[in-house]
Amino acid sequence: MSAPLLSVRNLRVSFPTRSGTFEAVRGVSFDLGRERLGVVGESGSGKSMTGRAILGLVRPPGKVSADRLDLNGETILNLPERRMRALRGARISMVMQDPKFSLNPVMTVGQQIMEAYRLHSGQGGKAAREKALEMLSAVQIRDPERVFDAYPHEVSGGMGQRIMIAMMLAPDPEILIADEPTSALDVSVRNEVLRIMDKLVTERGMGLIFVSHDLNLVAQFCDRVLIMYAGQVVEEIAAKDLHQARHPYTQGLLESLPRLDHPVERLAVLQRQDSWRNDVKGA
Amino acid sequence: MAQMLKVDALNVWFGEAHERVDAVKSASFTVAKGESFGLVGESGSGKSTILRAITGLAGSWSGRIEVAGEAVHGRHRSRAFHKTVQMVFQDPYASLHPRHSVDRVLSETLHLQGMDQIDARITRLLDSVGLGKGFRFRYPHQLSGGQRQRVAIARALAAEPQLLLLDEPTSALDVSVQAEILNLLSDLRKERGLTFVMVSHDLAVVAHMCDRLAVMRGGEVVEEMPQASLRAGAATSDYARNLLAASESYRREPV
Amino acid sequence: MTEMTTRAWLLTDAPQTRRQARLGAIYQGWLTFRANRLAMFGLAILILLVLMAIFAPWLSPQSPFAQNLAERLKPPSAAHWLGTDALGRDILSRLIHGSRITLFIVGTVALIAPVIGLFVGTVAGFAGGWVDQVLMRITDIFLAFPKLILALAFVAALGPGIGNAVLALAITSWPPYARLARAETLTIRHADYIAAARLQGAGPLRLLIGHVWPLCVSSLIVRVALDMAGIILSAAGLGFLGLGAQPPMPEWGAMISDGRTYILDFWWVAAVPGMAIFIVSLAFNLLGDGLRDVLDPKGAKE
Repeated sequence: MSAPLLSVRNLRVSFPTRSGTFEAVRGVSFDLGRERLGVVGESGSGKSMTGRAILGLVRPPGKVSADRLDLNGETILNLPERRMRALRGARISMVMQDPKFSLNPVMTVGQQIMEAYRLHSGQGGKAAREKALEMLSAVQIRDPERVFDAYPHEVSGGMGQRIMIAMMLAPDPEILIADEPTSALDVSVRNEVLRIMDKLVTERGMGLIFVSHDLNLVAQFCDRVLIMYAGQVVEEIAAKDLHQARHPYTQGLLESLPRLDHPVERLAVLQRQDSWRNDVKGA
Repeated sequence: MAQMLKVDALNVWFGEAHERVDAVKSASFTVAKGESFGLVGESGSGKSTILRAITGLAGSWSGRIEVAGEAVHGRHRSRAFHKTVQMVFQDPYASLHPRHSVDRVLSETLHLQGMDQIDARITRLLDSVGLGKGFRFRYPHQLSGGQRQRVAIARALAAEPQLLLLDEPTSALDVSVQAEILNLLSDLRKERGLTFVMVSHDLAVVAHMCDRLAVMRGGEVVEEMPQASLRAGAATSDYARNLLAASESYRREPV
Repeated sequence: MTEMTTRAWLLTDAPQTRRQARLGAIYQGWLTFRANRLAMFGLAILILLVLMAIFAPWLSPQSPFAQNLAERLKPPSAAHWLGTDALGRDILSRLIHGSRITLFIVGTVALIAPVIGLFVGTVAGFAGGWVDQVLMRITDIFLAFPKLILALAFVAALGPGIGNAVLALAITSWPPYARLARAETLTIRHADYIAAARLQGAGPLRLLIGHVWPLCVSSLIVRVALDMAGIILSAAGLGFLGLGAQPPMPEWGAMISDGRTYILDFWWVAAVPGMAIFIVSLAFNLLGDGLRDVLDPKGAKE
């Protein structure tokens, strides 16, 4: 593999609480190339916080530290907010779980994509409009002209999520962080959205971090998977081998899922062990 | 076999005249006593609305709803109804009053249901949903999502109902917690001979829990099938077949 | 429990008794409140005010009514720490006794207005339909008049006096609470926990009192604390216009009114009660801010 797009070493996110410091992310390390990297875990495992930390979106009093947080060789750890803002969107983008909360309700879809693009490219209005329409068709919206002039409440959830992706991809970022991008969507729409992201990654050579709680989906969609537990990566595995996972936590998660092709009387229940808190991949 | 629930030509709508939205259109199905019945479909298919119409919580409706042989009317439900039918809601973070402790929730419920020996019953209820005495005086913010859902189940069981309506009871929970809650529900059903009507968008969950299911789309029941057909992917209608295929897996397009 | 400290006992996530749970919740709130230094400052001032009111006869160096025309309009000195007014009365003594009146006004209005508002607002929001329409139109009528003008009209009709002034203030200040309570109720009304209680056969009255009120009360308390400053000022305004407390009562607004004739030459007569009003208003505002941290349901989730 060539030099990684993103290199993370010993990333930590901590929050002060009444009863001492709470560490949401406890030393996460990984490299991201031009690939689909899945990050899975349960709520509270620190998977979303990892994405937010990379984007510099951890709000005070939360603190981020790392031995290394490099984007294409340059450090992006704790940059001043002004420089981080220039970076966000232009070079790293994020797609959130629910498009309803991420789109501005009083601006048309087209205006929002144009704004995102102009902010980062400095291009004029005409070029931005063309780019916006191009992006809308890139995410397989059949009638881009009509959607361009629509307001967010006039489009469906799946359409909204595609618009979000179009908006995030307009400035041609190197890395896309998608935080549960499909969990608010119905299955038929979900697959379409995934297909679009998939295509963009393969065609544009983008790096994708796909944060999700859905193991099966990640196994099918991603190239490589990080399994997080209590703020640490307990296992790293090629997606196609996920069902041969070795860590008891990963196995437990997989077994606790009901399966269509494998009826059981009772579902296996995950027995958590304290020792997992200190299991780090490779150790 | 005795019938627990019968829904016949049910229409549910919100608003009137030109603002009228039809959420359910002439849906019919029956659920036998002791059976577990699933309602699946995508968002907006009207599956949850049916449950809310049965309990008198939603919209205006026409058609016929019979619970244990008794027809219900309008939005008012009798005392006997509340003793027969209970519901578990989707989001355990929204279905518990933020200022009421577990103790308050259960004792109020038991009191409303006209039960005696409330103290002993609370202990027994908490036991039966796998929560110890230590949880009795906690507030919702001191509970995890799975524990909250257990409290919600305990509340539903307080009336000792025969029919439990489950509205996506695990979709807000992590998979490992989902397994615990589904196991709990199966055990309770076995112990108490409950009848389930479960709404879900997760076909694997429905296949695990239900004997029979109906697939809904746009407010209509598209197809009814037994669990075996769902597992075999043997749907007869195009829509149901596509839904099954789509939730089965995401397949990468050949490049 | 023996080796547990009281603090751990209060902060536990697994309380053993109803009492422990309730005390724990209160203690959590107190910790949040205590973290807000300005709010603590406000609370301290208000505690001082209450103590001052309770011990007024012992604290005040002279009678608030004792006139001494030889000593009139004296500047602050060792004999009269805050000076004397036009009738030679000791301003400090009047101020101390006036705190009782201020607390009486504040307390009574705070007891009447939010209760009316809570009742009207939650009933309107919960019942909906024509009940909502009628109640909210009545609220709108009250809101359409400027508060002080309406209060003036009430006092004019009822006759001047401190009791009537308080009543007028209470009657004119409930509509905003009704609006607030109604807005809260509308968001609560369709919550799943209300639906769940309904499914147990809970009637509307039980839902309203047991389920809706506890959630509305906290935002109302915050709002009342923040509005206290306005109520004190309105009461002072009525006093200033001669429609509130009647002479020789040492009401702070009336004291300012008395002093305004001499404001250029004998500034302390008006300035001292003015400062008192300012400080107490500020204290209530700071307190309200701290209470918001504690009682805001959104903040309580963490």
